[in-house]
Amino acid sequence: MDFWKRLLNIDRRIIYLVIAITVIVPFFLPTGWPINVTYEVKNIYDYIENLGPEGVVLLSADYDASTLAELQPMFDACLRHCFARDVKVIVMSLFPQGVGLAEISLKRIAKEYNKVNGVDYCFLGYKPGGSIIIMGMGSNIRIPFPSDYYGTPLKDIPMMKDINNFSDIDLVISFSGTGIVASWLYYAHEPYNQDIAWGVTAVMASDYYPFLQSHQIVGLIGGMKGAAEYETLISKPSLATSGMDAQSWAHIMIIVFIIIGNIGYLAMRKKERRM
Amino acid sequence: MHLSPSIGVWVAVFLTLCVLSFLYKDNPFYKFAEHLVVGVSVGYGMVLWYTQGILPKFITPFFKEGKYIYIVPAILGIMITMQLVRKYAWLARFPMAFLLGASSGIGLPRTMQAGVIKQLEATMVPMGFSRLQYIWNIVIFVGVLSVLIYFFFSKEHKGVFGGIANIGIWYLMIGFGATFGYTVMARLSLFIGRVLFIIQTALGIQVAG
Repeated sequence: MDFWKRLLNIDRRIIYLVIAITVIVPFFLPTGWPINVTYEVKNIYDYIENLGPEGVVLLSADYDASTLAELQPMFDACLRHCFARDVKVIVMSLFPQGVGLAEISLKRIAKEYNKVNGVDYCFLGYKPGGSIIIMGMGSNIRIPFPSDYYGTPLKDIPMMKDINNFSDIDLVISFSGTGIVASWLYYAHEPYNQDIAWGVTAVMASDYYPFLQSHQIVGLIGGMKGAAEYETLISKPSLATSGMDAQSWAHIMIIVFIIIGNIGYLAMRKKERRM
Repeated sequence: MHLSPSIGVWVAVFLTLCVLSFLYKDNPFYKFAEHLVVGVSVGYGMVLWYTQGILPKFITPFFKEGKYIYIVPAILGIMITMQLVRKYAWLARFPMAFLLGASSGIGLPRTMQAGVIKQLEATMVPMGFSRLQYIWNIVIFVGVLSVLIYFFFSKEHKGVFGGIANIGIWYLMIGFGATFGYTVMARLSLFIGRVLFIIQTALGIQVAG
């Protein structure tokens, strides 16, 4: 068997091993490549940056453990930015697993910024229903969420006293690896003109750029790269920033694999034609 | 290096390795982790569904606050579960019809408005060569037009029509390429997330960030 044929039939497990090594090594030998901030991420940053202490941002953690690596860092970064700007934060989830993941982040980051539950932030928790919940919130948040996650009625929460529906919320950011983000567009932005932004997995990002171009969304954070950009903007490097070197090296390795694979394919085709 | 004292962290490490072992070949450890995640997710979801849905949205208002109208959606909900009993499965058709009708009625106009009309508006933009944005607008306009023509199958793709359809194919290919690139990035991110978890959380090695 000649070289190219052997190369094209290489065991996929060797490729996995090479990728694994390429991902692990940069954590111990970082190259520190710069992270360029794109306008779609900067738009969200600017929006929150311009909000004062009266500003209210709703973060919807519509994700589960399977997309944690991409979405949790961007959720954390946005939450840190809101708390740093003293913006009031409402956190909720339309996904059952999202509520547990969001609560862990919320408690940890609130502690970092000395923020108090009910005064600086409110955790609404999870309600099943998806778009029905969003529609209900447009009329009155107290319809789908009569109380917060811990059972305190919203009327007894100081922060929620003047917040009744979308007209009292400046920006909604939905973090999700599913099409639920579109529900926020259809049922919050469209009927109520609510400003919305999305934090999505990289797989989904390319599908949602048209909504950015049509100005239907304020901004878009796509995958770990987008999260790293946000961490750069708030000068709080964390999980996403740590992973960017590994990501870049792995991409280079995959590009090399693609080039080698194509050269091998062309070489084989040329040989077959000759024969 | 400071090993995590948490048992939960090491259980998570073990399960991560079980799942990754599938890359070598299918094995009982992978199967165990796969079944565990399905079982735990369903169990966790059901508890939340009850405590965050049924309890505050039906049991409390109906039994404690006297809001008896809530019996109507509750009965409709029970009727849907009748699908599980063959003899009474027909009962599920009524709430299903209500659900489909209501969802379509609510969803269609908004989906059309936000997903089609607004997107069409975004293609009706100033075009020209005096500004960079205007050139990009031409790229968008040509892309939308040529891809739509590619998907128009009532006329044979020949001549000028075929030429425009070919441009559409190029746009589609570039789109697929971008999506593939993003997909690779997403899958790698998930792996990086697990590696970071093992290195930082479990082994306690702080990496540069």
